[in-house]
Amino acid sequence: MKMKFLLLLLCAMFLGANSAFAVNPDEVLKDPALEERAREISKEVRCVVCQNQSIDDSNARLARDLRLLVRERLVAGDSDSEVVDYLVDRYGEFVLLKPRFAFHTLFLWAGGPVALLFGGFFLWRAARRKKDAPLKSEAAGAKPLSPEERAELDKLMSSN
Amino acid sequence: MIIEIGHFALILALVVAAVQSVFPVWGAVKSDHRLMGMAPSLAVAMFLLTCVAFAALTWAYLTSDFSLLNTYQNSHSDKPIIYKISGVWGNHEGSILLWVLILVLFGALVAVFSRNIPQRLRAATLGTQGWVSFAFLLFVVVASNPFGRIEPAPMQGTGLNPMLQDVGLAIHPPILYVGYVGFSIVFAFAAAALILGKLDAAWARWVRPWILVSWIFLTLGIAMGSYWAYYELGWGGWWFWDPVENASFMPWLTGTALLHSAIVMERRDALKVWTVFLALLTFSLSLLGTFLVRSGVLTSVHAFAVDPARGLFILAILLIFVGGSLTLFAWRAPLLRQGGLFSPISREGSLVLNNLFLTTACAAVFVGTLYPLILEAFSGDKISVGAPFFNLTFGPIMVPVLILMPFGQLLAWKRGDLWGVSQRLTLAFAISVIATIMLVWFMGASSTSIMTALGFGLAFWAIFGSLWEIVDRSQILKVGFARAVPRIMGFTPTVWSTVLGHAGLGFTVLGIVTTMAFESERVQVMHPGETLEQNGYHVTYERSWTQPGPNYDELVSRYTLRKGGDVVGVMEPSKRAYRASGRPMSETSIATFGFSQVYFATGDNDENGGIVTRIYFKPLITLIWIGTLIMSLGGTLALFDRRLRVGAPVTARRRKSKAEGAIPVAASPAE
Repeated sequence: MKMKFLLLLLCAMFLGANSAFAVNPDEVLKDPALEERAREISKEVRCVVCQNQSIDDSNARLARDLRLLVRERLVAGDSDSEVVDYLVDRYGEFVLLKPRFAFHTLFLWAGGPVALLFGGFFLWRAARRKKDAPLKSEAAGAKPLSPEERAELDKLMSSN
Repeated sequence: MIIEIGHFALILALVVAAVQSVFPVWGAVKSDHRLMGMAPSLAVAMFLLTCVAFAALTWAYLTSDFSLLNTYQNSHSDKPIIYKISGVWGNHEGSILLWVLILVLFGALVAVFSRNIPQRLRAATLGTQGWVSFAFLLFVVVASNPFGRIEPAPMQGTGLNPMLQDVGLAIHPPILYVGYVGFSIVFAFAAAALILGKLDAAWARWVRPWILVSWIFLTLGIAMGSYWAYYELGWGGWWFWDPVENASFMPWLTGTALLHSAIVMERRDALKVWTVFLALLTFSLSLLGTFLVRSGVLTSVHAFAVDPARGLFILAILLIFVGGSLTLFAWRAPLLRQGGLFSPISREGSLVLNNLFLTTACAAVFVGTLYPLILEAFSGDKISVGAPFFNLTFGPIMVPVLILMPFGQLLAWKRGDLWGVSQRLTLAFAISVIATIMLVWFMGASSTSIMTALGFGLAFWAIFGSLWEIVDRSQILKVGFARAVPRIMGFTPTVWSTVLGHAGLGFTVLGIVTTMAFESERVQVMHPGETLEQNGYHVTYERSWTQPGPNYDELVSRYTLRKGGDVVGVMEPSKRAYRASGRPMSETSIATFGFSQVYFATGDNDENGGIVTRIYFKPLITLIWIGTLIMSLGGTLALFDRRLRVGAPVTARRRKSKAEGAIPVAASPAE
């Protein structure tokens, strides 16, 4: 099974090397609304034998088969999500360029937001610490200004 | 013979690297001037030796010496000369050699141009870079040697991948590598500072030119790769969130953050520890990218496992340097003194936010790129992470960056006045809103979604908000045009670099939003003489013919592009079959109107003389790359900042002589 997959992959590397011809005119559905939906779905479905190409972009044979399959399902009256489910049932989650949110993709989806929250929290703490910094120096033994010193300072500031 | 000289020079370079990695650093730690004094000559020697090796390999390509396995596999005597040269780095071994060449070039540049920096820092920096050089030279000599011979020598080579036979791709790798690998010297400066335990604002001043140079080249390299993919791959995409692209984009994101935090460090002596961390991180990401691209791990985890020698070698280099530098950081960074307090609402504060968002964006790209590999390696589950995922996770993080950018430019250092800055920016905001309304109206209000309009707004805000700094600084609205012009002429390069760097990003965003929202395509079988109409253009398919090229035969199809009855373009896309490999290649034909493009590619013929024609209409798409050019120009201007010249005695001397020359002029009768 693995060997077969590898072989497919190798073929794909040569086939996919130059992908000038994705959706061909003979595949296009007559109903423009349906075709538009087919295109939108195709953009999120991976051509499973290619490197990081959607079936909308790829000229591999398998991509064409999948494009036709998507259109077939749409003509049969499936909703967008039904079409996607149909593909996932047959080809596995690997066909989705945008993985589903689930336990095994938790870290994938949460990675960016968690990094942002973590960084934001760190900055917020750092900012607070800086605010408290003078108080800390007080605690470390530095005396606050005496009333006389304060008055002198105010005089200097106001004369400026 | 020449090949053997090259091979020998490469091994010598490895030996020099070994010496370089030990003695100068030892000297820097022990304050031994003789040992430290070795560093510059060693760095230059290593560069010259690698040059000899690289020249020898180039010679083999130029003379089509197919007794060399590498030449046999990647060249052909019919190839035009430019692709014979670019073939040198159009393969694994050669590209790693180019990588090393640029690595040692940066070492030599520091040796020659940074005479003013303290000897200890310079020796430790060059020594640390010697470690990286040693690791990669060892990799080249042991596991990726381009100088292997074959016996008997074949008469002809198998040719270069046709996709790489393109001017764009001939010069893309060297430029990208200068950026990518240039961060190695920044890494070395950071590691040296940690080793010596001395880190101050002067350090930032010495490192900033190297950050800038690397960043400029990385920006240009990525942009050029993107444009190459756009016109060469033939389906009109310009960014695919491909792991290979992400590999260069991640160091760009952290490099951009580094560029900004180094400014804070230089001006205000703050964010020191963070800046050093970013310097280590950026080159670590460069190394990660090299691993991803060069190990074959991207094709599949299985492909990697089939021939793991090279991949494991680079992985080992990656782990040693990332692990080593992080350990060094964890050990030494706490000893560094923090300085420069500032309030959250200040120039520094805004730059900290910029850093937060850029590194978070990098984290999102990082997770998306590596997650599928890690998941597959550990659980065997295969998932795909593609463009739809990245658009969803990366895009939103960029929104606050664009919103905050103009504020950051106008906020004062230490303690800023957010309300005051908002008032000063009111007019820029109003102009952005008007520009957005005009563009929406021009594009057709009914077909513009709210998101697109917001995208336009963001882009215009970034552009006008950035440019507003000129208005704000010159006080042109208060003092009038005549008095403002001399002020504008007197702006330091730093002001212009910020304005251009930020506005350039705005232009890129404008191009991206417009293209994504309004691009359209037409795919149709056309027969000779047939005309179709799309987006106000009339396209007529004239005829097709075959013609030979230097090392391929091509089928050229001619189309006439008319607008309002006038011929505005004759398009000749073609399909090529390369003789050496027999592999087909499609050449696109692109017409540019203003900032927009019409893009032609041809597909298969049918039996009735028809040909599949794909036409893409890409409004404002060139702004994407023009924006990056403006950003790079901004970076280049920053290099002319007088303060950065401290580390470069040559220019400092020149400045002095210029200043002396300027005195008589200043004392001229005009006074």
